[in-house]
Amino acid sequence: MSKMHVSASVNGEPVEFLCEPQQSLLNVLRDELNLTGTKEGCTTGDCGACSVMLDDRLVCSCLTLAAEVQGKSVGTIEGVANGDTLHPIQQALLEHAALQCGVCTPGYVVAIKALLEKNPLPSESEIRYWLAGNLCRCTGYDKIITAVQDVAQQMAKADKNAGEPA
Amino acid sequence: MSEAVNFKYIGTRPVRPDGVDKVTGRANYGADANLPGMIHGVVLRSPHAHAIIKKIDLSQVRLLDGIYAAVSGNDFPEVSSGSMGGEGGGDYKDLAANIMARNKVLYHGHAVAAVAARTRELAVEALALIQVEYEILDPVMTLDAAMAEDAAILDESMFTQGVDPKPKYPSNIASRIEFKRGDIEQGFLEADIIVESEFRTPTVHQGYIEPHACLASINEGGQATLWCSTQGHFDVRAASAKVLNMDLCDIKVIPSEIGGGFGGKTVVYQEPVAILLSRISGRPVKMVMDRDEVFRASGPASASHTRVKIGARSDGTLTAMSCWMAFEAGAFKGSAIMPGAMCIFTPYKVANFYIEGFDVVVNKPKVAAYRAPGAPQAMYACESLMDELARKLEMDPLELRLVNAVEEGVQAAYGPKFNAIGFRECLEVAKQHPNYTRALKEGQGRGVAAGFWFNVGMQSSAEVHINENGTVMVIEGNPDIGGSRASMALMAAETLGVPYEKVRVVVADTENAGYTNVTGGSRVTFATGMAVIQAAQDIISQAKQRAAATWELDEDQVDWQNGHAIPMPGVNADVEPLSLARIAANSGRTGGPLLGRASLNAKGAGPGFSVNIAEVAVDRETGKTDVIGFTAIQDAGKAIHPAYVEGQLQGGAAQGIGWALNEEYIYDEKGVMQNAGFLDYRIPVASDLPKIDTHIVEVANTAHPYGVRGVGETPIVAPLAAVANAVRDAIGVRITELPLSPSRVLESIDGA
Ligand code: FES
Ligand code: FES
Repeated sequence: MSKMHVSASVNGEPVEFLCEPQQSLLNVLRDELNLTGTKEGCTTGDCGACSVMLDDRLVCSCLTLAAEVQGKSVGTIEGVANGDTLHPIQQALLEHAALQCGVCTPGYVVAIKALLEKNPLPSESEIRYWLAGNLCRCTGYDKIITAVQDVAQQMAKADKNAGEPA
Repeated sequence: MSEAVNFKYIGTRPVRPDGVDKVTGRANYGADANLPGMIHGVVLRSPHAHAIIKKIDLSQVRLLDGIYAAVSGNDFPEVSSGSMGGEGGGDYKDLAANIMARNKVLYHGHAVAAVAARTRELAVEALALIQVEYEILDPVMTLDAAMAEDAAILDESMFTQGVDPKPKYPSNIASRIEFKRGDIEQGFLEADIIVESEFRTPTVHQGYIEPHACLASINEGGQATLWCSTQGHFDVRAASAKVLNMDLCDIKVIPSEIGGGFGGKTVVYQEPVAILLSRISGRPVKMVMDRDEVFRASGPASASHTRVKIGARSDGTLTAMSCWMAFEAGAFKGSAIMPGAMCIFTPYKVANFYIEGFDVVVNKPKVAAYRAPGAPQAMYACESLMDELARKLEMDPLELRLVNAVEEGVQAAYGPKFNAIGFRECLEVAKQHPNYTRALKEGQGRGVAAGFWFNVGMQSSAEVHINENGTVMVIEGNPDIGGSRASMALMAAETLGVPYEKVRVVVADTENAGYTNVTGGSRVTFATGMAVIQAAQDIISQAKQRAAATWELDEDQVDWQNGHAIPMPGVNADVEPLSLARIAANSGRTGGPLLGRASLNAKGAGPGFSVNIAEVAVDRETGKTDVIGFTAIQDAGKAIHPAYVEGQLQGGAAQGIGWALNEEYIYDEKGVMQNAGFLDYRIPVASDLPKIDTHIVEVANTAHPYGVRGVGETPIVAPLAAVANAVRDAIGVRITELPLSPSRVLESIDGA
């Protein structure tokens, strides 16, 4: 079977790759593009370790066919920090000790960012339900939830300040 | 260590040294490494739970284009029996047979053959060309079935150990153990009240999010390099050498970052297979399990059956405790029955106890350690019955435990006398806790339970290198599974008196760190921490020597304060304090670089006690239980990085809640697991859980310079019974089998 040619944007940069029709986006990201920050925990859409953005939608890259991203933009964990500055979400997870083994963390960063873009000040239960697709076996979720609450406040405040005339 | 000690760094909550890499996706886990020319290995697994392998034919698969190697059990050397030691225990012969079945398959998913191919997809396709002829046997799937007189026998050479006279016939009961003290019959005669019941828990999985993964590469001289996700790379080296009959020094194991283990990554599965495939193919071989394989062929933790009987006087004083307990070991002997039996009554002072335990093989994957192995199952039984006892006595359940709680100086059920322990303190905190007394609504319930784990010491090595600008490198050998680099850095900073930010911690491979036992047993902060402290003290004594030489003083005229050498009080010397940085900068002139080291076999791991308060709401229509409040109280000795200690308490609580409410392996009548994925084996998700409140008690462990006792394992021990007791409180009926799934709860409500 001949491979498919796909052009897309990954973390804002144009990317071209060849893939098998049945190959998952996760597989292409990790094995073809060497973007191993996106993790594989199950390949069945149950753990969220493989979370990425497809245009403005949060998806499990293990359930997305690589061929589907033709002409679209993919956002992975590698594109979240801005140059040498961590994203506030990343900083908050660190400060709250919200990771133990850390293998779930890239998926959380991407999923939390998607949440706060949609809903800048979510309630605790909105956070818990939004993140129900991201499994973490180490933390019991407590510190992750607290970190999200904290960073949502900070970001909302920063936005407000930025919006006010100097 | 008294409360008055003022620590500068210990007890603070800095960002972990490896944090940035872990929030940006830069950290490399088991499946994240690649090498040029790398090929992919996959395993053919048994479709039967119990069968004899009559024949395996690899000839067709070997002919396929793109296949570089194919192996079965016949391609591995014979391995003779010998104890593996360590936390998981076990026997090398069984380990070898678990890695690749020899004559028999003993569970659905047991490895039968392996193939390495250009791509993973090709390797998976090629598996279909392997022909295996099986003679199918009856699967033995439960303790009752395995222990029955007429049970099908897994291993004809297994005769029950620990019974006298030696049995005539083989059995699925690998061993029988017994512990006792006092006169159990007399103890029950002295009781005013006796309660008894039996409890069952299912097979559960550790559920780490990262599947097992490794990358092996062997050169033409037979020297292998193995990159893998493990809790203990020295143990991977030892096991791989044994299984492949290689020299230890021909295997270098580089630990990747590890995506969870909880005990399940203390054993090897595919690592030796990858080395063998690499040797045959001459190429690097990567092997990554999929989630289905993780469930079917790694972990899990024992299913258990425990009968308990407790006698007490009317004032609550315990007079006798006895139990009969059986643990499933899976396909090969070696469940955690021993620690389970040693734990079950340990929190209590009781003059008379009798414990009988059985290690039983069944056609399920060989169990692996899971956080406080054996203790959650054992304590679930004991603490559930203690709850019933409190109800019968109409006594507050915490008060009942306080009346009987062990304390310093008491001889533990498992032998030694307790040093300072914090059990009573935990119980007192629980009693005063607002979550213990706040009002509950109709349909809600509250339960408490105690937890205990021994904690271990074992062997660790550490080096401390001082860079030429005075910054500090700590080199140690324990994979960082939950923030241990931060704890090591804090202890090094505290000891040396240099800022935390100036310390870097390296988890080095088997060729760059001294021998170190696994990250497990709640030992790392305690034992490896002790090695780091001693290595730092070694630096201090060298730095003092250098300062003394510079100042032309005697060494004992120099003191070390806040990261500086200073003259001892009373020494008359007109000199400026010398910082570690100054001493390091001058080290070329005073004798060369500063390099401290320590290695030890740590003794005196302080036991860990906990008390949990669970609050639940049970929906009487659906039988669904929601945990609405959870409070974990535990003695940490001294919390080096309190946020990571809280994290251990919270993570263990979540796992214990999952064990209590949803998690279980479900098998069909042929012994095939029906729920080998995260959709159907449901671990708690964020929306299933409430906030988990924590309270860290600190009763210093006198055997550790900063008072540390291990904290990683105790947190999973109490939640099972705490939740079960809360459900009992909510519905008025005691369910004696986990998980407390909606259907089971509904049945009990309806039956009541
Ligand atoms: S790997 Fe995609 S959801 Fe688990
Ligand atoms: S930190 Fe280990 S799975 Fe989340």
